[in-house]
Amino acid sequence: MTNHLDGGDTLLPDTAEYEPDVDAKPSLLESRALRYTALALAGVLLLSVVQAIAGTTELTSSGTWAAAIRLAVPIMLAGLGGLFSERAGVVNIGLEGMMIAGTWFGAWAGWEFGPWYGVAFGIIGGAIFGLIHAIATVTFAVDHIVSGVAINILAAGVVRFLSVVVYDADSGGGATQSPRIQSQIGTFDVPLLSDAFNWIEDQAIFFLSDLAGLFAGFTTKMSWLTLVALLVIPATWWLLWRTAWGLRLRSCGENPYAAESLGVRVLRMKYYGVVISGALAGLGGAYLVVVQAGIYREGMTAGRGFIGLAALIFGNWFPFGVAAGASVFGYADALSLRQGEAVHALLLVAAIALVLMAVWSVTKGKATGAIIQGVAAAFFLGWYLLTDTVPTEVVAALPYLVTLLVLSLATQRLRMPAADGLRYRKGEAV
Amino acid sequence: MNVRRMLLSLLAPTSAIIFALIVASIALLAVGRNPIDAFSAMWDFATTTTSVASIINRAIPLFIAAVAVAIGFQMGLFNIGVEGQYLIAALFAGWVGGNIGLWQPLHVAVVILVAVFVGAVWAGIAGFLKITRGVHEVISTIMLNFIAYSAIAYFLSNWFRDEPGALNLKTAEFAESGRIPDLNWIFTALGFDAPGGIALQGFLVVAIAIGIFYYMLVKRTRFGFELRASGMNPGAARLSGVAPKKMVLTTMMISGGVAGMVALSTMFGNLYAYTQDFPRNFGFTGIAVALLGRNSAVGMALGALLFGFMERSALILDLEDTPKEVVQIMQGVVVLAVVVAYEVVNRMIERREVKAAADATRSMDIDGVGEEVAV
Repeated sequence: MTNHLDGGDTLLPDTAEYEPDVDAKPSLLESRALRYTALALAGVLLLSVVQAIAGTTELTSSGTWAAAIRLAVPIMLAGLGGLFSERAGVVNIGLEGMMIAGTWFGAWAGWEFGPWYGVAFGIIGGAIFGLIHAIATVTFAVDHIVSGVAINILAAGVVRFLSVVVYDADSGGGATQSPRIQSQIGTFDVPLLSDAFNWIEDQAIFFLSDLAGLFAGFTTKMSWLTLVALLVIPATWWLLWRTAWGLRLRSCGENPYAAESLGVRVLRMKYYGVVISGALAGLGGAYLVVVQAGIYREGMTAGRGFIGLAALIFGNWFPFGVAAGASVFGYADALSLRQGEAVHALLLVAAIALVLMAVWSVTKGKATGAIIQGVAAAFFLGWYLLTDTVPTEVVAALPYLVTLLVLSLATQRLRMPAADGLRYRKGEAV
Repeated sequence: MNVRRMLLSLLAPTSAIIFALIVASIALLAVGRNPIDAFSAMWDFATTTTSVASIINRAIPLFIAAVAVAIGFQMGLFNIGVEGQYLIAALFAGWVGGNIGLWQPLHVAVVILVAVFVGAVWAGIAGFLKITRGVHEVISTIMLNFIAYSAIAYFLSNWFRDEPGALNLKTAEFAESGRIPDLNWIFTALGFDAPGGIALQGFLVVAIAIGIFYYMLVKRTRFGFELRASGMNPGAARLSGVAPKKMVLTTMMISGGVAGMVALSTMFGNLYAYTQDFPRNFGFTGIAVALLGRNSAVGMALGALLFGFMERSALILDLEDTPKEVVQIMQGVVVLAVVVAYEVVNRMIERREVKAAADATRSMDIDGVGEEVAV
């Protein structure tokens, strides 16, 4: 990088130190990636320890991981959808409705033409509602949350109507569900790796087998659509952070009037963001239907669009962060499917994690925080020791409890796009 | 000027309703039904006294839910959690109401107070998380909804159920003293037929009281002034001495308290208990009604009646072999169209005022400026 200050300004000997700031970005990313990998490994280690104590393997079995991935994908897609929209400055509470549209259209086209058509129509269905949201918020400058809420109501009504109209009694569907999709999207094992990881997992070695279980989950019986969905993460990153188009879109979320003055077509970029947002949420809905359930049921999204939004916040409006957030929620969801003892062991995980946090707070000199965390740790420990199972209702509420908990712990040090949620009208810079 | 403004503000909901009718007509035409026939059948069916009673009954919970949402809206808080708040409040209220026997007014009052308290606490969690941890209330209230569903299932099946082993889980039924008599005498007193098979719910009185309370609170109290000030200009409100955190918590709790009463009309007049199939979705529809009525007490009452009308009149469509779900589309479209329409109308007013001001200054008619720009 050529710095015009470098030439004669000897009064700034520090420039040499400033300069790498720009060049250092990749290495900064690397170190961050390293940090998160370490954190993830520590998480698996914690789970291994708890499993050894509790005498279960459900927390880290490849089955659990595979379920976690399957359940995380729709949340992640909704979250990435939210990312496109909010990076362009439009808050998208309507993700849930767009996802509902994705499930319905995905199931209908999947039943009528085949699963890949289901995927395509799911995307289109979501994008249509994205377009409605864009028209309301971008063209008419309606409050984003109001419009999003309306989208959710509208989408639920439209799919209900369509179900009644489209599915007659012979089809096997009805007002609240579609017929089952006949064919499925294929799965694949990664050659060698899948067998290797499964073999290590079967050896039941402390920590190592648990880690292998995680990798086995990623390499065994993976749906092609899962692969596509996972590829959306780097694609999003590349599109938004490595292309001129992405820079323009993000500038609309940070300072639309500055972007406008530089010749960016702000309204158009916002439209792109919101429509892509709907398309991704629709893809998430289609994934739910095509890969997971094989059928559309009313209410099957169960707030996943909103949880995707939570993942977006958790991930600090970055694609890999969204993926990380979605994984946490997917994991909680997977355990809630595994029932009783896995969730019971999770109480111990919570207790240990809280003790570690309390220790951290003590070293930071935060007395009240440490006390609260200590009390909570004691509560979970007591719960763990005094009971053998957890009520199924607690299990069912787990993903939502985790969402609340994670947001309460994480929200404060996050930064959303500066102009996110603000209404923008062309040429009205103050 | 005032008349014109009023006409303009009526323009938005009217055009939204017309737009919704058009969309619904297109949907009906697309499935090969005659929309005119459908709408006229709906109108005929919905204008009998029985239907009127039913419409009002349907409007009561929607109105209360809308008021709960509107209290938050006044200061820019989105309480999406009315759904969970009213359900969990109704559960506790039903449990308490079924297990006490008191002098009738006291019995009813206790049930209402329990509902208000539980609703306020449940909404208060979201308020607390917002002011202490910065969690956006939209996300937290939605999560609290799902948590409420689970909590209700847990309490109902383990703690509050009346007869163990019964198929339909429910709390103990209210004694006679915990029921509110119906208002069907109003119809006969006014010279109409008494509604057949439907009782106009006595809780209507409480709903009207809630509407008045809301109006007084927002327009006639210091709190209401601070509430609106915080909504319009949080910075200015803070500088003038409004404590924003306290405002958030108080507002959420009042909103939740009102939300707690949403479905009590059903409980006092109809089910006399919290049951497994207790009516749902009032919370979400209430948001729509609040948007439709623009947070004004009268507007929301009209909006609730409109929604009640649509839901009641939809019942006839099934008999006519027309999908009654078209009404759900209409509800969705009305909400979206109405917010868009308000925005457009606002811009029209703004433009008119800017133009008027410009004209006035050009002619240097100082008196005119004062008149035309007055808002």
